[in-house]
Amino acid sequence: MNFITNIKKNKKEPTEKTSTSAIAGGEGVHPHDVRMETKNLSVMYGKTVGVKNVSLPVYNEKVTAFIGPSGCGKTTFLRALNRMHDLTREAVVTGEVLLDGLDIYAPKVNPVTIRRKIGMVFQKPTPFPTMSIYNNVVAGLKLVGIRDRKLLDEVCEKALQQAALWNEVKDRLNTPGGSLSGGQQQRLSIARALAIEPEVLLMDEPTSSLDPLSSAKIEELIHDLKTKYAIAIVTHNMQQAARVSDYTAFFYVGNLVEFDETKKIFTNPSNEQTENYISGKFG
Amino acid sequence: MIQGTKSINRRRINDRIMFGLLVLSTVVVMTPLLIIIGYVVINGFNALSIDFFTQELGSPARAMQGRPTGLMHTMLGTIVVDFMALIIAVPIGIGAGIMLSEYPDHKLNPVLRIMNDTLNGMPAILKGMLAFVLVVKPMGTFSGLAGGVALAFVMIPIVARTTESALMAIPWAIREAGLAIGLPRWRVVLSTVMPAAKTGLVTGVLIAFARAAGEAAPLVFTSFGNNYMPRNWTGMIWGPVDTLPQRLYSLAISPYKEWHTMGWAAGIVLLTFVIILFVAARLLTRKKNS
Ligand SMILES: Nc1ncnc2c1ncn2[C@@H]1O[C@H](COP(=O)(O)OP(=O)(O)OP(=O)(O)O)[C@@H](O)[C@H]1O
Ligand SMILES: [Mg+2]
Repeated sequence: MNFITNIKKNKKEPTEKTSTSAIAGGEGVHPHDVRMETKNLSVMYGKTVGVKNVSLPVYNEKVTAFIGPSGCGKTTFLRALNRMHDLTREAVVTGEVLLDGLDIYAPKVNPVTIRRKIGMVFQKPTPFPTMSIYNNVVAGLKLVGIRDRKLLDEVCEKALQQAALWNEVKDRLNTPGGSLSGGQQQRLSIARALAIEPEVLLMDEPTSSLDPLSSAKIEELIHDLKTKYAIAIVTHNMQQAARVSDYTAFFYVGNLVEFDETKKIFTNPSNEQTENYISGKFG
Repeated sequence: MIQGTKSINRRRINDRIMFGLLVLSTVVVMTPLLIIIGYVVINGFNALSIDFFTQELGSPARAMQGRPTGLMHTMLGTIVVDFMALIIAVPIGIGAGIMLSEYPDHKLNPVLRIMNDTLNGMPAILKGMLAFVLVVKPMGTFSGLAGGVALAFVMIPIVARTTESALMAIPWAIREAGLAIGLPRWRVVLSTVMPAAKTGLVTGVLIAFARAAGEAAPLVFTSFGNNYMPRNWTGMIWGPVDTLPQRLYSLAISPYKEWHTMGWAAGIVLLTFVIILFVAARLLTRKKNS
């Protein structure tokens, strides 16, 4: 496990190529692979700093939690991982984001293909309001030309089951997505992201609008999904981070302060700020 | 407590005053409209006969000698010309609206905006002249098509603007959600944003259509007018054709009393048509807001 300490963000030494590429380099003995990795990733909104110089791995078949006080750049960082900033005019992204070793910001890369591999659940629920629940879930398949009704039915049911929404909506799949409650809409957004079977799943506070029971179900889902996916989750809920994640990154005013195994972050953080935050002294 | 009651009373009074003002302004707006409608109906009602809807106009002599005469060809011509305008203007206007709303960073965007604003501010008669130069001149004849093009110039900037604002009203997050499931940008616009904005889009088209349907000026040197029914209906596209607003005008300035009455009747038909369009647009908007 000592490579983890190498990966830990070290401002004086940004050339940390050795750490992660050694893991991905595949001596075959490491327990998990790097699925995504950022290198000196910065996002600026005009003169406002979103995040600055973040280098961080997202491991395959693991859950990485991003924590930190409001406004510290968690959403900004997460959105950079699937090129969601492309449409934000004032946002400028610099540095690299590697997916399986390839920079997704390279000039020839088509963001559409990237986003099919990297699913995202947003902080606020975003159903397509006039589209039926069914069509919401399968939108990512149907709208790119998949018409096989049986397949779509299966995908729809499975995704809604996974998102713990099936029982509530199975009798009204044809009603508009906008007619659901806030928490149901959030689970619908989760189902929609799962339906395209991404390889990496980014979730921005997926349970912040959910009741404890649905939250627990989503946490269960995350636990199940991690056997296949690489998952990154933003959360303000420390218990949740501790429960679901294997790794935790602590952000503070645009900087990555500490990245380590969740166990270590929550029991014995190396950084004082991290400790203060986790113990509730600020934020 | 006393203070509370007092302020509640004050609010009640304020509420009454505001309500009164609202009623008053509604009345002020409605009165001229009702006067116009009443006047048109009173003057034109007698000319509304079966003949009016089933005969062509012909020469003034027909009306003066009491022979059958009517404006069937005018109403058909209006439908043909207006629908040509609709067919031309809707794709262009909606396309321009999409461009303005969804691709704000495109380098052609500012150009498009200036063109659209210019077209919007251009007097209707100049739009007629534009269509004259673009269609009548090359074709060598006045035509319904030219009239359709001229009315399309009236509709396009309105449709573009209403489309833009209808699309802008859809939260940005919807687009991001579409992109996040791996849809290309155009697909996101077409399949997620536009359906969400549907009522706004249709309302905009209806308002533009109603506006264009009432215009006479752009038609004077494009569809030109015609006292007779063309031999077959395609004559309405390729040759000079009559339309209600323009016929209304020429009947009104004619020296014949019988034609004046027919002009009022034409006014009734045109008003009905336009009111139906506006009411439809209104109902759609209301449905959206509820
Ligand atoms: N579109 C934008 N334009 C300008 N500044 C922005 C934009 N989005 C975010 N920011 C700024 O970037 C910083 C990081 O914001 P971000 O949304 O990433 O925070 P966050 O960690 O997700 O916070 P929260 O926990 O409240 O969701 C903040 O200072 C914010 O004001
Ligand atoms: Mg956030």
